[in-house]
Formats: sequence, C-alpha cells, structure tokens
Amino acid sequence: MSQPIRMKPWIKRWSYAVLAFGLTLGQAVADKVSTFALDNGLQVVVIEDHRAPVVVHMVWYKIGAADESPGHSGIAHFLEHLMFQGTKEVPPEQFSKIVAAQGGSDNAFTTPDYTAYFQRVASDRLDLVMGLEADRMHNLNLSQNDVDTERKVILDERTERTDSDPSALLNEQMAAAQYMNHPYGIPVIGWRHEIEGLSRQDALDFYHANYAPNNAILIVAGDVTPQQVLDLAKKHYGPIPPSDKIHDRIRPTEPPQLAERRLVLADARVAQPYVVRNYLAGERNPGDQKEAAALTMLAQLLGGNRATSVLAKALEFDQKVATYTEASYDGVSLDQTTFTFAAVPADGVSLDQVEKAMDGVIDQFLKTGVDAAEFARIKAQVKAQQIYSADNTQGLAHRYGMALASGLTVQDVQAWPDLLQAVTPDEVMAEAKKVLDRRQAVTGWLQTEGAAQ
Amino acid sequence: MMVRALALMGALVCFALPLRAEVQIQEVTSPGGIKAWLVENHDIAFTALNIRFKGGTSLDEAGKRGAVNLMTALIEEGAGDLDSQAFAAARDGMAAEFGFSSDSDGVSISARFLTDTNAQATDLLHLALTKPRFDPEAIERVRGQVLQNIASNAKDPNAIASDLLSHAAFGDHPYGSSGDGTTASVQALTRDDLLAAYHGALARDRIYVAAAGDISAADLGKMLDKLLGDLPATGAAQPADVALTAEGAVITQSFPGPQSAISFYQGGIKFEDPDYFAATILNEILGGNGFSSRLMDQVREKRGLTYGIDTSLAAYDHGAILAGSVATANDKAAEAMQVIRDVWADVAKNGVTQKEVDDTKTYLTGSYPLRFDGNARIASILVGMQMLGLPVTYPATRNAKVQAVTLADVNRVAASLLTPDKLTFVVVGDAKGVASSN
Repeated sequence: MSQPIRMKPWIKRWSYAVLAFGLTLGQAVADKVSTFALDNGLQVVVIEDHRAPVVVHMVWYKIGAADESPGHSGIAHFLEHLMFQGTKEVPPEQFSKIVAAQGGSDNAFTTPDYTAYFQRVASDRLDLVMGLEADRMHNLNLSQNDVDTERKVILDERTERTDSDPSALLNEQMAAAQYMNHPYGIPVIGWRHEIEGLSRQDALDFYHANYAPNNAILIVAGDVTPQQVLDLAKKHYGPIPPSDKIHDRIRPTEPPQLAERRLVLADARVAQPYVVRNYLAGERNPGDQKEAAALTMLAQLLGGNRATSVLAKALEFDQKVATYTEASYDGVSLDQTTFTFAAVPADGVSLDQVEKAMDGVIDQFLKTGVDAAEFARIKAQVKAQQIYSADNTQGLAHRYGMALASGLTVQDVQAWPDLLQAVTPDEVMAEAKKVLDRRQAVTGWLQTEGAAQ
Repeated sequence: MMVRALALMGALVCFALPLRAEVQIQEVTSPGGIKAWLVENHDIAFTALNIRFKGGTSLDEAGKRGAVNLMTALIEEGAGDLDSQAFAAARDGMAAEFGFSSDSDGVSISARFLTDTNAQATDLLHLALTKPRFDPEAIERVRGQVLQNIASNAKDPNAIASDLLSHAAFGDHPYGSSGDGTTASVQALTRDDLLAAYHGALARDRIYVAAAGDISAADLGKMLDKLLGDLPATGAAQPADVALTAEGAVITQSFPGPQSAISFYQGGIKFEDPDYFAATILNEILGGNGFSSRLMDQVREKRGLTYGIDTSLAAYDHGAILAGSVATANDKAAEAMQVIRDVWADVAKNGVTQKEVDDTKTYLTGSYPLRFDGNARIASILVGMQMLGLPVTYPATRNAKVQAVTLADVNRVAASLLTPDKLTFVVVGDAKGVASSN
C-alpha cells in the first residue's frame, strides 16, 4: 500500500505479451455517471455498474507533493501513511484491518497533484467504509511514537523503491533537471535528508491545511444508486465543516527553457542500459484539451504499438538497433507534463547509436508525417477502448478521480473520446513540431558502471 | 480504546455476506466436442475469451529450457500470409486484443473482441494458433528481448532469490529453474526446437476454455470449433510429480546494495487435499493478507524490519510449497529470519486463535465475490476452476467450504504442515551474520 506514483514511471520490466494498451476512456458509460455536491463543498461522482455486488469508494484530496512547502519534500506522502495511524474511534493500524476483515481491500497513493484513498468491498459494506473514511478526514490522531515508526517505514520505502533501483534514481534526477522552477522536479517520496526531518507537527499542519470536504472529491462506483450514495454521503461527510484555508493551487511556473540537459547515471546494478528523453509538454486543461488530444495521438503513432508504431517499425524491425521502444504521454496533470521517448539498445549497439537512430526516426517523421492507415487503426482502437474500459469499474472510477483531482471536470472526461476521434493528422504534426524541441528536453542514459559506451 | 475498537469490529463482522448467485455459469460443448464454460452478459458489446493449454514451460525438453516461453511469445509474431507487422495491423484494425503467455503449468491465451468484429477476430486468432510462422527475423528479435529479460533478472535480487528458491525446492525438475531459460539455452534454441515446442504444447487433449460477455452458448460453440477444431489431437507428455529437496537449508548469494532479498519455503499442500481450506486459512493468518498477518505484525509492526512480508500457498500441478518473501536491510536479515522461524514454531506449537480464524473466514468469504467483477477476470477464473477439476456449482459452494473449517482443523493442520526446522531460506544481498549451508 501507499505506493507513490512517480512522475514519469518508465517501466523497467516490459513484457512481450501485453494485453491492454494505454488509451482508456469512459464515454461508453457516460449515461451511468451522476455528479452532485454536498453543502460543505464535497464533490461527489457516482458511477453505476450493477453486474457484480461490488463497490469502490474513493476520496481524492486536491493536494499533492507539488503543493509541499520548500524543505518539506515527502510530507504529502508521509501524511498519506499517517492517515492509517487512527482516530479517536479507530486505533492505529486498524483501518486496513477492518476493511480486510470484511473481505475488502484498501489502498492509498500520493502523486504530485493529489492524494487518494480507496476501498473496494462488497456493496453492502459501503456504509462501513464511508464511515471510516469520513472519520479520518477530520479526526486524525497522531502519537509521536507512531510518527517516528512510520518515518522509518517511509525511509525503508525510499531505500527499496528508489535507492535500490537505478532506473528510479534516473527518473528522479531527470525530473529534477526537467523542472527548473516548478515543484514537479521534487520526488513524491521526498529527498532522504528532508524526509528525515519531517515532524509530527509538519504532518498535522499539512493535514489541517488541506484535508477538508471542500478540497476533496468522493467517487463511488459499482452496485449502488446515486440516491444511496447521496444519503450515505450526507450521513458521513455532511457533518464535517468546510475549511476556510483552501485556496487555488498556484505553483511556481517554469521560466523559458533554453538549453538541453543531458544526464548519465552509471550504476553497477544496471543490467539493461537504455536511453530516455523527456520533452516538456502541455497538459489537459478544463475546456481546452485539443492540444493534449493531438499529443496523445502522437504518442500512439510513434510508440503506442509494439509492431506497427513509427519507432518500433524503424528501430526494432528495420534497423534492428533496439529491442524495446516507447513513446508516451499522459495529459492528466495540473501543470506542464512531459512527452517521453525511450529505447533499449539491441546487443552490441551503444546508447549513443540507439539515441542517434531514434532522433533520426523522429526527424524523418517530422518530414514525412502521419501514416494514414496507422492513424485509422489507432482511431478504431480508441473507439474500442471505450467499450472495453466499461468492463473495469474501478478503472473508470480511477480515471474520473485522476482527472477531477487534476483540475478537469466530468464534462472534460466525457468529451475526451470525441476529441481524440476528431484529431487530424495536421494537428498531430503541428503539436509534434511544437513539443519536440530539444531546448526543452532532458535526455538520460542509464548505463552499467564501468561499461564502455 | 482497544476495547471499543474490538467492539466496533465485532459488530461489523456480524454482516454475513449473502453470496449472490450473480455468476451463472453455463457448460457448453461445441458441435465438434470442445468443452467450455460461459458467463453470458450482454451489457457491454464485447466478449472475453480465455484458453489454457495445460503443461506450459514444464514441457521443455532436456537442454531446450526456454523453448515454450520463446515459442509462446512468437505466436503473435506472424501467421499464415501475415508477417509480424501485418498481423499486428490486422488485429489492431479490428481493435481485437490478444495476449499470449506461459508459466510452469500452462500456455495461456486471452482475447477480447468486439461483438461487431467477432468473426474476423476469431479467424485471425485461429490463424495465429494453427499457422504461426516463426519467421527467422521474428525469432531473433524476440530472442533478443528474452535474453535481455534474463540479463535483467540476473541483476534483480528478487528474481535471483526466486530462481534460487525454485532450484532449492525442485532441483532438476522443470519447476527448479526459470521457464525463461538461461542465456546459453535460449541462444542455442533453433527454429525446429520452437516448432517442436509448439506441437508439444498446443493440442486438443489439454485445452481449457472459458468465455464471458456478449455471446450466446450456440455462437460460442461455433466459434470454438472454428478456433480450435483443427489443432492436433495430442501433444507432449506432461511432466512427473516432484518431491521437495534442500529442506532446512540456508542459501546465500552476495549482491551489492543496502538490502537483502529473502525468500523462504517449506512443503505445501495440494488443492485436492481435504485440508486445503484449513491450510488456506492458516496461510492467511501467517502471512497472507498483509496487514493483519502474524508475520506482518512481528516483522514490520513490532520491529520495523521491512516494508512488507507475505506468504502464499503455491500449489502447482506437480508439486506444492508454502513460500514467502521479505526484503530487509542487510544488517537486519538475520533478525528477520529468526523472527520468521519463531513465528513458524509458535504457530506450529500453539496454534492460532478463534478470533483469527473467524476474521480470516470473514475476509475470505467477503473477498470472494469481488473477484468476479469483469468479463476478462471471470473468463480467467473459470479456466482456473476447470483445471482444478471443479464443478460449475463451485462459486456457489466455495464460501460454505471455508465456513466449515474449525479452529481445531486449522491448528491440526498448523501442527502437521508447519515444519520450522525444514524452512529453507534464500538470502540475496550483503546480509550480515547469516550463515550459509550451501
């Protein structure tokens, strides 16, 4: 549990038998989505799916690691852990046990833009989990001892997930280089020396400043009706007073990025060198998602398919200089995000060679433009994904939560599939030319220590 | 405070989960005689299909380790007149999704296709299953990916620990090594080896099929005949059962880094065993569902030695172990191992409590219906049930089997199953104070 989602998780372990792919949307169930708000400002989204007696209950706080004050990196994630340390009613570490005792599962995660808590239980236990979640929204109890113990857990988590993993370290260094002023450059889990200094009072201050119904989104999905959710939400969340400390999230913005940055991380533990390149890119904004839609289609065209996308075709099949290629972009972000390329060199190919080959392919693409047949296939898949994604209620709930906690609206989420269908090849090329600017890029090499490149 | 919490929990446990008969399983036999299970649901216009060929990477012939794995990865790399990219283009043009994977007991094929393009998708999957090309170009490309995966695993302490554990437990049986093969064995595989693996693994005498979604029983039957009807009738012989080796050993391997990856195992219990459900409850209490287990409590909560520890009953077709894993700081590895041994010995000797058994039953019975919440998940579960020889009524009776287990059953199984002196540890890292027996 409590796994921080890193900013650009480039998955080290890939698989050659990938079933699903990245474009996931929810228009097919738009008619089953209801929204309303409580008087205290809690925004509520209900997604109905009555096929199985299961319900997912989620609370998303519009506060993340990028909202931390300087010197306190990791406090959002630390607080997420401490939210399991109990309230006046529920003793420390009991929350998950109570949910598990009912056969359910629960989890929480922190990202730069939000902190979310969710439970998945049989639908007749919604009342229980909602009661527990509402309780800890305003009744958190923290002992000094629990805070000290949990800080050790967080430091271990950092050791295990970041310091023991060279690819995670490279991600961290690259984000720090990418964002010269915006806090997306600071890791969600925090810098070790700052985690070590986080205190009980820091956690309580962050909690009181940010955890309130008017800074949260409640999402309930599954075998439940909007009326049932409204009644339960009024009962459990209704009595919690709104906070007058909640304000718009205005973060430092990036200055013009004028110089390309390049990093090499060499580590004896690296078995598989690779090159990864991130370009600063715009995000989806409320009522303004067209450019992000074009970038999403661009990522699909360049790297969305293991056999037919531009990079795979050129580098893996024709030139045979790479065994894995990737182009990815996720526009769900409060502020400027990145467009990512990665390539794993084939045996005997250096990082320099595979990077040059990758850039050659991108340059060629900028000249020749979009392949019409591939574009049509991607559109068909995007459409199909609306049908497939309706099978996964938890995934749908997650998508709405991420979007709403990142500043988008339900209408934006529902407009997205049509916006993707409407993207033209010209729009894709215009975005490509705008975003693929090396002055705004960070290139990272992960290589084995001592190996010649 | 504790009293109040227990009262709260007690009150909540009183809800008995009604196991709603949501999952209506039909047994389908195609006109050509292929059996399948079906859950029909027309809410969403697609069907999820799951096919499993029993055997998997354990069918690798001597010296050909990795053949089934590489073969499976190549099924979608071109078939009939279509080369790899043409096959992908055809599949994606109709927005079908195919997944091919192998493990030690089976080759699995999962597919999702839209109702609109069902017929074309069936034809394309049929082509892949019956006329895979194994083009030399594709073989080399995918072989390169597999070799990189093997190289990556050789630098991953968890993967190293897992391989060492498999070898300690199962020796020279196929279970005793990674189904990916070794760098040398994969480099040596020829196209003929892959064809032999294909003919050995994909045959009608070992097929298990399930579907869920927007399809009728009659249409599923027709589809299965089209898809699987002309596969060969028989394939390679299944491997023999295996007895455990290296019981009670401590196997160490040095690896740079601040942490040690520790895996451990002892003998397990097969699904057919009448005590399987008691053992399942025992495992949950020991290290099963994370936050409420004895090991989590002792190793993480009480001593802060790790971020997480878990155990599981791994019941394979030809052998069973009770295994667990934990990662800990190098200087804490010896302490963590001792705590695990102590917990093991304590539970074997003193058993568990009525409350732990009751809580675990509530958990197991409450979580069961949550598994059936999507067509792809349902199809996969239904195939698994058939491979275990379960009847279609199993989902409706499974929770009653869990409820029937008593505290005495769990403690009897704890006393007989848990053998602290035969617990074998694999430690990969730079652990301090851990004496190796290898």
